[in-house]
Amino acid sequence: MQALPAAATAPILEVRDLRTHFFMRAGVVPAVDGVSFGVAPGEVLGLVGESGSGKTVTGFSVMRLVEPPGRIVGGKILFRGRDLAQLSERAMRDLRGNRIAMVFQDPMTTLNPVLRIDTQLIEAVRAHGRTSRRAARARAVEAMAMVGIPQPEERLSAYPHQFSGGMRQRIAIAIALLHRPELIIADEPTTALDVTIQAQILAEVQRLAREHGTALLWITHDLSVVAGLADRVAVMYAGRIVESGAVDRVLDHPRHPYTSGLIESVPSRNRRGARLRQIPGMTPNLLALPRGCAFRTRCPHAADACAAEPRLTETAPGQMVRCFYPERVTAA
Amino acid sequence: MSLAEPPLLELCGVSRLFARRQDMIGRLAARAGLVAAPQAVRAVDGVDLQVRRGEVLGLVGESGCGKSTLGRMAAGLLSPTRGRVLYRGADFAAMPAGAARRARLTVQMIFQDPYASLNPRLRVAEIVGEAPRVHGLIDGDEQAYVDAQLRRAGLDPGYKRRYPHQFSGGQRQRIGIARALAVRPEFLVCDEAVAALDVSIQAQIINLFMELRDQLGLTYLFISHDLGVVEHLSDRVAIMYLGRIVEAAAVEQVFGRPNHPYTQALLAEVPRLETRRRRFTAIAGELPSPLHPPAGCHFHPRCPHAMPRCRAEAPVLREIAPGHRSACHLNDRA
Repeated sequence: MQALPAAATAPILEVRDLRTHFFMRAGVVPAVDGVSFGVAPGEVLGLVGESGSGKTVTGFSVMRLVEPPGRIVGGKILFRGRDLAQLSERAMRDLRGNRIAMVFQDPMTTLNPVLRIDTQLIEAVRAHGRTSRRAARARAVEAMAMVGIPQPEERLSAYPHQFSGGMRQRIAIAIALLHRPELIIADEPTTALDVTIQAQILAEVQRLAREHGTALLWITHDLSVVAGLADRVAVMYAGRIVESGAVDRVLDHPRHPYTSGLIESVPSRNRRGARLRQIPGMTPNLLALPRGCAFRTRCPHAADACAAEPRLTETAPGQMVRCFYPERVTAA
Repeated sequence: MSLAEPPLLELCGVSRLFARRQDMIGRLAARAGLVAAPQAVRAVDGVDLQVRRGEVLGLVGESGCGKSTLGRMAAGLLSPTRGRVLYRGADFAAMPAGAARRARLTVQMIFQDPYASLNPRLRVAEIVGEAPRVHGLIDGDEQAYVDAQLRRAGLDPGYKRRYPHQFSGGQRQRIGIARALAVRPEFLVCDEAVAALDVSIQAQIINLFMELRDQLGLTYLFISHDLGVVEHLSDRVAIMYLGRIVEAAAVEQVFGRPNHPYTQALLAEVPRLETRRRRFTAIAGELPSPLHPPAGCHFHPRCPHAMPRCRAEAPVLREIAPGHRSACHLNDRA
């Protein structure tokens, strides 16, 4: 997509120092611990991380869907300048599904198995604003066609179980599109799908961002999908963003050892049949994080300084890295 | 490999049907012609495939294509409806019971879900030690034997008194590997064995598979939907679509010169780190229901090159170059 001048693209969403913690019997889990990022109109931001990195909780926090024992304990979630973290539940309901929509990994999180598709779509249309049934139905057909469901009129009267997994995910995306939201948060929406179906959905999503200026927060563990889809990428580890920047910059010149380790362990980056470069150790337990840099126990470059907390610093225009020794990471 | 040596595993015209079991009323109604007889899903349809000793054969396909059913038949966990599964030239089904049991031990399976494939009530030492003890494979100290298995799979034997839930996903997959190796197999069937793991852990397990292959001379049938992983560790690759093998060849041939239109489309769709902000395009249509596979070539409704013949006649998997087999009518036109 073409680059818009920076001044013209005030971010639709700006998250500042977001902290979402879970208060468990065993202790406080800092699932999201000081996360900041922004998404501009028509932009796709890939939020990448492994299980437990906090990427999903970040998405849920923006939607204000975090439930006890979890709680947003700090930070600002500015949507068009308004802080969602301070919004009343009622005001939040007006935004949710209307101006901000979410697509989940499992489409059955969105769909009700005992209701026909048309009932669910029409209800979703009429949940925000007075619309006649006929107009709501027309909008539902339009949204179904937009995500590439063949014969949308006929398919509307079917139940979710009569669709394949790929088709269900498209319907979930169609529901997200009903009100032409300004921001879509997608949490691993193609992870459970086959590559050919994934490509179809990615094609639709790309068209949306390009043609309608929808901002997308794409949460995934898959760097290859982010490479093909996103404009910018933020990499999360243990509740924090450790590196962010333009996709080309971060994937070609990673400066955080974790980002670099993730990239180098992708099979296509290694000689066929050769031993894969691997990150040692395990994904961290958030209840027992090492002091200072959370990655230091798995890091090949760790030194004494890493026992202190590194800050995000700009290593190149637009590239932010949370590491004391970014110059030690060199592309293989 | 000498020509005289039979392949380690040979599937000859193997098919597997799954039919819903009918109750008595259903059977009577069907006999009286009131309802149609139930349809069977042909999950695997006439597959011929060989795995040679010491090689890694990657089996690729989308969900519902029958690759897991094929893997379970190869591992001897499921019997084919039609066709034969030959192990070193001998048929499990034709062996005397004792010999079949011993032969089956040499083929072990690694499952996708390390959470579901381990008994949550057993300690790791029991999970790994039970099978070799029952089959009388341990001479000497059982605990030392278990320790050796755990160490080989990259686990600290100090953890063997723990239960599966006390381990992470990657460690559980290592327990599954230690359990499989404890009965000294020569052939491992890995069904999506790294699919459920985090990216940084996936590389560790792939490396472990490759180390074990070198150490123990193992043969693998590596089933995966992840083309990047399959390309990395396979010697040969077979592509499956709706129950049939559509292409099989050396990994360089499949990825360098894919012949079948489905293989070509599949390779084009794989997201790669190197391709930035690409325009995604997609194979038209969905994977058809295995209950009603299209006539002729199963791929013809989605194929950009489909001809009238493709709708009527199923193409045969045949050799188009040395060691490169493909099932497409286009190859007859040249």
